[in-house]
Amino acid sequence: MATYSTNEFRGGLKIMLDGDPCSVIENEFVKPGKGQAFSRVKIRNLKTGRVVERTFKSGESVEAADVMETDMQYLYADSEFWYFMNQETFEQIGVSESAVADAKPWLKEQDVYTLTLWNDAPISVTPPNFVELTVAETDPGVRGDTSGGGGKPATLETGAVVRVPLFINIGDVLKVDTRSSEYVSRAKD
Amino acid sequence: MFLVPRIDADWHPSASLENLKIRARILSEIRAFFAAREVLEVETPVLSRAALSDPSIESFSTHGRGYHLHTSPEFPMKRLLASGCGAIYQICKVFRQEESGRRHNPEFTLLEWYRPGWNHQQLMVEVESLLLTLLAPYREFSSSETLTYQHAFLHYAGVDPFVATVDELKLCSDRLGISTSWDAGGVTRDGWLDLILSHAIEPHLGRGRLTFLCDYPPSQAALAIVRPGNPDVAERFELYLDGVELVNGFHELVDALEQRQRFEEDISQRRELGLTQNPLDEAFLSALSSGMPPSAGVALGVDRLVMLACGADSIAEVISFDFTKA
Repeated sequence: MATYSTNEFRGGLKIMLDGDPCSVIENEFVKPGKGQAFSRVKIRNLKTGRVVERTFKSGESVEAADVMETDMQYLYADSEFWYFMNQETFEQIGVSESAVADAKPWLKEQDVYTLTLWNDAPISVTPPNFVELTVAETDPGVRGDTSGGGGKPATLETGAVVRVPLFINIGDVLKVDTRSSEYVSRAKD
Repeated sequence: MFLVPRIDADWHPSASLENLKIRARILSEIRAFFAAREVLEVETPVLSRAALSDPSIESFSTHGRGYHLHTSPEFPMKRLLASGCGAIYQICKVFRQEESGRRHNPEFTLLEWYRPGWNHQQLMVEVESLLLTLLAPYREFSSSETLTYQHAFLHYAGVDPFVATVDELKLCSDRLGISTSWDAGGVTRDGWLDLILSHAIEPHLGRGRLTFLCDYPPSQAALAIVRPGNPDVAERFELYLDGVELVNGFHELVDALEQRQRFEEDISQRRELGLTQNPLDEAFLSALSSGMPPSAGVALGVDRLVMLACGADSIAEVISFDFTKA
């Protein structure tokens, strides 16, 4: 079983904490003048996305988490699973709702997403930072209004709802930031 | 245990020229401060046959030659005091393994000075005037405060550090929301005190003023005199500014027998912890036996002082090339 010492903790390192795979965000070395040294670590739980703080004794060993990220193509969903395919091996994998979670409104068939696998099982799906999606539904556009002020909601083809400027019409292709769910621009043809 | 080096291949300095100028100015002002007070600047060996016995500090050793890079100039400076040199100070690089972080670099600059005939309280007054002199151009201070270790724990953590059991300290740490990876027996009693101090008390110390913390538990006396009383306290102090520990000082233990005893306790602790066994500094013990004058002494982290002057967030910003670029 692989382990890491707190001396090796850096941003991005994957460790096990309380039975869950986690990613180290920040590691601060804390040491009173003469005394016990600690590592005060900020950690993200990769299953829940929650960030917690934990203090280790400096030099303490922690079990490594067998976590890898891989790019896969989204195929389709049935009543239970969302299916992705490895484009090199054509191997398919079914992802549960709890792992798809926040990525759900961004999933478009044929597009490629980053899957986080823990012991080869998917635990989360991350869309690209920017995606281009077609507007499925919005109030009619207001010609000539390019101020960007005000705005209105638009539902995209995947179900995501973003706030867009008034001049946007149904059928427009938009560039959207998936981290903030914010409209960036109209996609260039 | 070992230090895993992080390497930054970029050749540029980690500090800005502006910060290096502040650093140079502070170093020259330290020298001017001591020159005006007729404290003699000295240098002592960086390479030494002996190494510190303190279980919480690990030295670098030279490959196959049996020498250690010093972790502090304390012992040779005390040998100078025993030889009758009077008040002395030194500015030097010291080296400690495993210490790397926002406020730690394995190689760092220490200012250490000794005042024969003084006690720690007299020295605290001098520490205060040095720091106010050095930092006056960069920031304003309200009047300094002095807290005892016991008062600080009672006030900020609601626990008495002199009487609380390990289980009570663990409960206190839980109550303060400190999440640890071990249970009550996972660290020593002093380990719990260090945890609570660093996580829940230090952040409150030195806010807009200098805060002295003094009268430590005897288990944390290090090289300080223990003053009998109710409870017994170690005549040791630390100084904080902006929650950063800047200074550690002692009313120095000069009793050779008690010093040897403390060394032996350290050594047996090192053995229990599986740490390397270092040779005792017999020359230092001989100097104590021949008679070192009663003294107060203090060490100040110069890099952290420069950080506070520059408003820097990390020690790398005030060192020309930090450890990742060394």
